Amino acid sequence: MNKVVKNPQEALQGLQSDMTLMLGGFGLCGIPENSIAEMVKMGVTGLTCISNNAGVDDFGLGLLLQGKQIKKMISSYVGENDEFERQMLSGELEVDLIPQGSLAERCRAGGAGIPAFYTPAGYGTEVAEGKEVREFNGKPHILESALTADFAIVKAWKGDTEGNLIFKATARNFNPMMAMAGKITVAEVEELLPAGSLDPNEIHTPGIFVQRIFQGETFEKRIEQKTVRQK
Amino acid sequence: MSLDKNGIAQRIAQELRDGWYVNLGIGIPTLVANFIPEGLEVEFQSENGILGMGPFPFEGEEDADLINAGKQTITAMKGAAYFDSATSFAMIRGQHVQLTVLGAMEVSQNGDIANWKIPGKMVKGMGGAMDLVASAENIIVAMMHANKAGVSKLLKDCSLPLTGVACVKKVITNLAVMEIKDHKFHLLERAPGVTVEEIIAATEGEMVVPDHVPEMQL
Repeated sequence: MNKVVKNPQEALQGLQSDMTLMLGGFGLCGIPENSIAEMVKMGVTGLTCISNNAGVDDFGLGLLLQGKQIKKMISSYVGENDEFERQMLSGELEVDLIPQGSLAERCRAGGAGIPAFYTPAGYGTEVAEGKEVREFNGKPHILESALTADFAIVKAWKGDTEGNLIFKATARNFNPMMAMAGKITVAEVEELLPAGSLDPNEIHTPGIFVQRIFQGETFEKRIEQKTVRQK
Repeated sequence: MSLDKNGIAQRIAQELRDGWYVNLGIGIPTLVANFIPEGLEVEFQSENGILGMGPFPFEGEEDADLINAGKQTITAMKGAAYFDSATSFAMIRGQHVQLTVLGAMEVSQNGDIANWKIPGKMVKGMGGAMDLVASAENIIVAMMHANKAGVSKLLKDCSLPLTGVACVKKVITNLAVMEIKDHKFHLLERAPGVTVEEIIAATEGEMVVPDHVPEMQL
C-alpha cells in the first residue's frame, strides 16, 4: 500500500479553513515543521488546533498564531509563547486548556474508539466545570471525552512507504496518539525508506494509522532551551 | 539565613529513597537532581517521555530531539527508556512514580495547590501538573515561602485557580520544612539560622509548632 506523497502541498490536499487539526510535538521537539510552513503559505484560517503547546513566537505553531490563522487552541501549556498568551488574555483566541495527561489520553481514546473516560486529573479545579463527576474506590474522577481531528499531522524520524513510523527519543511525545486520531493522518519524516527496511519489531506507529507520508526537505529542529554542562 | 534555590533543592534531595522513580517539575525541583545523596539510586521521569533522565549534555553534544519537560536539552542515562505521552501519564496516574516535586504559587493548609494561572494577568497552563498532583502518593512542593511582594504563599485558602485539591503532603521552602495533615501546616524543621518566629510571621495559614523545631541538616 503506497502512501507516499511528494511534498507537503500534496500531503495537505483537502485541508481547509475552519477544520480541526492535531499537531504532534512537545514544545518545538517533534513538530511537523514542513507541514506548518506549508499551512502558512496556504493561508487557511479559522483553524482549531489540538497541540500540547503552540511553539514559540516565531517558530512552530507560533507562525500560524502570528498570522491569525488559528481560531482556537486546545493545549495544556501556553508558557514560552508571548503572542499565545497575549491573544488568549485579549480574547482574540479561544483556548481550551486541559491537563497534559488528559490531552494525551483524549487523543488516544479518539483513535481507539473509546468515547470518554474518567480521570482524577483536574477534579476540584476549573477543568472540571460542567463535567460529570463520579467516585471510584472512594476517589472523585471527572469524565473526559475523546478528541478526533480532520487532519492529524505528525513528525517521525523514520518511516516507510507503508506508513510505518519510528520516532526518535523524546520527539515521540504526542505523535503516536495523534496519528491514531486523525481522519486523515499525514506523517512527515526525516528519512523515508522502502517497505521492508524497518524492523517490524521496532515500529512505534503501525502504518494503518497513516494515510499520507513524505520526507521533509529540511528540518531546522530549533532548540528551545539549550542547556549544557562544562567538560 | 534563609536558603537559596539550591539549598531548597539540597534539602528536598534528602527525601529521596533508594529505588524510587521521581518526577521533578520545572524550576527549583529540577535542581534536586544535582544533590542526590551518595549511594542512592533513583531514576528521573520527565513527563514528555523519558525514564532515566541524565544531566545536561556537554557543549556541542545537545540533541534537539532529547529534552525534558522544561524543554531543556538533556541526556539519557544507561538503561533509559523513551515513550509516548499517553504511556508517560499512565506511569503517573497509575502511581508507578513514587515522588513528585513541583513548584507552586500558593499552597493551602488543606493541601490545595495553585500554580498555573493568575486570572486576567498570566496564564502558563497546567501542563502535566494537574495529572501529577491528582495521582501521586507523595507530593512535595518546592518554593519560596513568600512571593516577590513579600506575601505568604502558605495560606488558609488558595486565592488563585487550583491545580489540585488536598494533595500536597510536604512543603519545603527557603525558611522551613512543613508537613500538611489534619488541615494544618506542621512545622518540622527550620532553615539554618531562621527562627520559629520568622516562620510564623511568614506563614498565613494555620501552623502547628512543636516545642522544639530542629534546624535542617544540609
